[in-house]
Amino acid sequence: MEALADIPKAYTKKDFESDQLVRWCPGCGDYSILSAMTNALPQLGIPRENFVFVSGIGCAARFPYYMNTYGFHTIHGRGPAVATGVKLANPKLSVWEVQGDGDALAIGGNHFIHALRRNIDINILLFNNEIYGLTKGQYSPTSPTGLVTKSTPYGSVERPFHAAELVIGAQGTFFARTIDTNPKLMTEIFVHAAKHVGTSLVEVLQNCVIFNDDAHAEVTAKQNRDDFQLHVKHGQPLLFGKDNKKGIRLNGLKLEAVTIGEHGITENDILVHNAHEEDPTLHLMLARLEPPHFPMALGVIREVRAKTYDEAIAEERKQITENAKYHSVDDLLMSGETWEIK
Amino acid sequence: MVNGKKTTTELEKVVIRFAGDSGDGMQLTGSQFSFTSALWGNDLATFPDFPAEIRAPQGTVEGVSGFQVQIGKIDIYTPGDQADVLVAMNPAALKSNLQFARKGGNVIVDLDAFVDRNIEKAGFVTNPLEDGTLADYNVVEAPISSLTKTALEGLQLDNKSIMRSKNMFALGMMYWLFDRSLKETEKYIDSKFKKTPALAEGNKRALNAGFHYAETIEALPSMYKIPPASIEKGVYRHISGNTATAWGLMAAAERIGKKLFLGSYPITPASDILHELSRHKNLGVITMQAEDEIAAVCSAIGASYAGQLGVTTSSGPGIALKGEAIGLAVMAEIPLVVVDVQRGGPSTGLPTKTEQADINIAVFGRNSESPAVVLAASTPANCFEFAYMAAKIAMEHMTPVILLTDGYLANGSEPWKFPKTADMPPINLAEAKKSNGVYYPYERDAEKLARGWAVPGTPGFEHRIGGLEKQEKTGNVSYDPTNHEKMVRTRAEKVERVANYIPDLEVQGNGDGKLLVVGWGGTFGGLRTAVTELQHANKKVDFVHFNYINPLPKNTKAIFERYSKIVVCELNMGQFASLLRSKFPGMNILSYSKIQGQPFLVTELKEVFIEHLKD
Repeated sequence: MEALADIPKAYTKKDFESDQLVRWCPGCGDYSILSAMTNALPQLGIPRENFVFVSGIGCAARFPYYMNTYGFHTIHGRGPAVATGVKLANPKLSVWEVQGDGDALAIGGNHFIHALRRNIDINILLFNNEIYGLTKGQYSPTSPTGLVTKSTPYGSVERPFHAAELVIGAQGTFFARTIDTNPKLMTEIFVHAAKHVGTSLVEVLQNCVIFNDDAHAEVTAKQNRDDFQLHVKHGQPLLFGKDNKKGIRLNGLKLEAVTIGEHGITENDILVHNAHEEDPTLHLMLARLEPPHFPMALGVIREVRAKTYDEAIAEERKQITENAKYHSVDDLLMSGETWEIK
Repeated sequence: MVNGKKTTTELEKVVIRFAGDSGDGMQLTGSQFSFTSALWGNDLATFPDFPAEIRAPQGTVEGVSGFQVQIGKIDIYTPGDQADVLVAMNPAALKSNLQFARKGGNVIVDLDAFVDRNIEKAGFVTNPLEDGTLADYNVVEAPISSLTKTALEGLQLDNKSIMRSKNMFALGMMYWLFDRSLKETEKYIDSKFKKTPALAEGNKRALNAGFHYAETIEALPSMYKIPPASIEKGVYRHISGNTATAWGLMAAAERIGKKLFLGSYPITPASDILHELSRHKNLGVITMQAEDEIAAVCSAIGASYAGQLGVTTSSGPGIALKGEAIGLAVMAEIPLVVVDVQRGGPSTGLPTKTEQADINIAVFGRNSESPAVVLAASTPANCFEFAYMAAKIAMEHMTPVILLTDGYLANGSEPWKFPKTADMPPINLAEAKKSNGVYYPYERDAEKLARGWAVPGTPGFEHRIGGLEKQEKTGNVSYDPTNHEKMVRTRAEKVERVANYIPDLEVQGNGDGKLLVVGWGGTFGGLRTAVTELQHANKKVDFVHFNYINPLPKNTKAIFERYSKIVVCELNMGQFASLLRSKFPGMNILSYSKIQGQPFLVTELKEVFIEHLKD
């Protein structure tokens, strides 16, 4: 009987849509992310009750309300900490944590890097629109220098964070990047992230139509797709451009965008993507590429297997339990130095 | 001395204080003395008093670590006001601890340590052994360092190891003075130095040398006997407040078949709870040393949301950081236990000293209307009971519960007749139910007003909760004005109704006293001793002590109404007194407070109460 119950039913997208009115602005990139997610979950073969969506504060953080799963909308920046507690409490759960760039990289920066460092088996989605939306338009830690916002009327003087650099600096085991205008890629990457064992970090370049419209247009606009999107796949050469005539090669210690057929360059000169390489150097270089001199890398840039926090804790408990000399609190009370008054 | 024979004096109780450099092993010495005395059958209470610095410069007053213990044949509730015997291992220890010694008492010093350099470092202008500083005391000048050296001759030990054994010499002297056996400490030494037999031998030799030295010197003319106390029959162990807290939480989780999840960030004086729980992962304990205080509480909230018992432990500064997250647990109505081991503040304050000034932050310290249940343990051992109750209330009433202990309870210890876990009260979870096939996350139990605890992984109960205001019953996000007011009042009422499930206050006294002494939390021992002593002297003074701070026990008002004068004693500026005045306006509620990082002294309390009885 139990075995039967373990076979998950065939879910459809509808099964994951909640009855709540979605309250993002019309045209917000979050709609397509939500749709890609409800497309992705039925592909995972996980019972619906085992999904938990956790979030902090911000537009992105409303995400759990719109999923017909377990959901917990918590406080600003603390989602990764809450999600870590959820996963440790019940490692069987598929835990998803949704953050915006302010939530993840400003107020919650500490929890973000420590979740990655511990490599707890959760999936973090970072909706990066390079702006604070819910507080109505202040610059964020990913806003480019010079961005004029309500709190930077003369342009931001700060340097932006790049999520990938933090992920790799924190020894992250999975980093993927996608864009809100490509539902197919998003769905694919969400499925991929779910299957990765360890902390999966998916950066979604997301458009805030109200406060920072077209922030990613250089990459996402139709006319730029060929030249400024580099779709990476493990084991495939890093090709891009119309008819895949361009590619990325390693020249000395730097990456270089080249055109096949020019200056004697052939496809053999193009780097083949190895997402499974433990050394993150090339992953970092790849993740840092950006227009106008390079295309932006999209897809799974890094995916390596390392022991997860939850695995380590389970192993430790097993070992301690096998060697334990006491098995209950009553045993513990009686252990060590006790004496009897008669 | 008559014919070389020493006399024996019987005492009801005695207070001993060990003081030395932080590296001198005074805590170990004190706890060994306590343990041996407990086995002998004395009742006792201990109080470690140590600096925040791990090893402040040797020989300075800042680096002095002390350990006080009171043992008795009568019931002992405090470590005692003043030491009958002070052991000072160097001039700095004497300088900072002489204030705690009773005039006329014994002061035992390591004579070898009283060299010019140390005397100067301690801040003495002249040698206190020679300038009359100790005129009011019976001084025993024992060359502890050199005698230890002699005793350990021939063992292959370096000078540092030899000097580290001098605490055992001092302990040996105490064992002779109070007619104690060396056996238990020898056993302890053997097990501690199992892998280094030379050290074991050295420590045992020092212990014995101290014992025999005390026997022979004329400066100690009498040995003291403190007969066993008439203690309730049963099996006992020693327990500190922090260990009791850890075990109480474990007992509650085990009772209800849940894992105990602790998210914690190291902070004095709470870290020992984290250390203790980290040792018991075989009993379903998960501990996470979080990246900060906020992650600590948030991971605990996550664990509770996922159906386990989420706990976070900290002290004042950490509690301040956790405020927003505790508010989330208030709003999401999930169980959470927050342990606040109070210390002196504000800010970093006095990390290793005790205080009771977090009652305001516990009861009120969150944005908006954010009620939480607040409990306070009152002895090291009953931290077990109140940690258990905190977990029980959190899980039954779906609310955060803040348990207040303090540095004094946390590090203090006492003999404890521990219960069987089966004798602890049962825990009845707030279970999630469906009405007509639908689960409403905020549907409430009619009596407690607790909502059901639906746990991820349970089919058919998928739901979303969070920090935004909830529509009643459905739990959907709602900004409706009247719904908000209703929810605010419901959350408050839910916490108020916890009063229906907690015991009444008990008055110690005849109920005809004109003065009611009120205490809460860790000051119980001192208050109880002071009141008991006055009652024995036929003074009309009664006593109640609070372990439930929010909500208050239901009979509080009825008790207060019987007294024309109520004096609330606490180690802060009168926070509980203010709370009581706001709850019971018009009553004559006075405040006696002390803010020195030290517990109340029984003598000072008695003086205060006698003064109050005069008018």
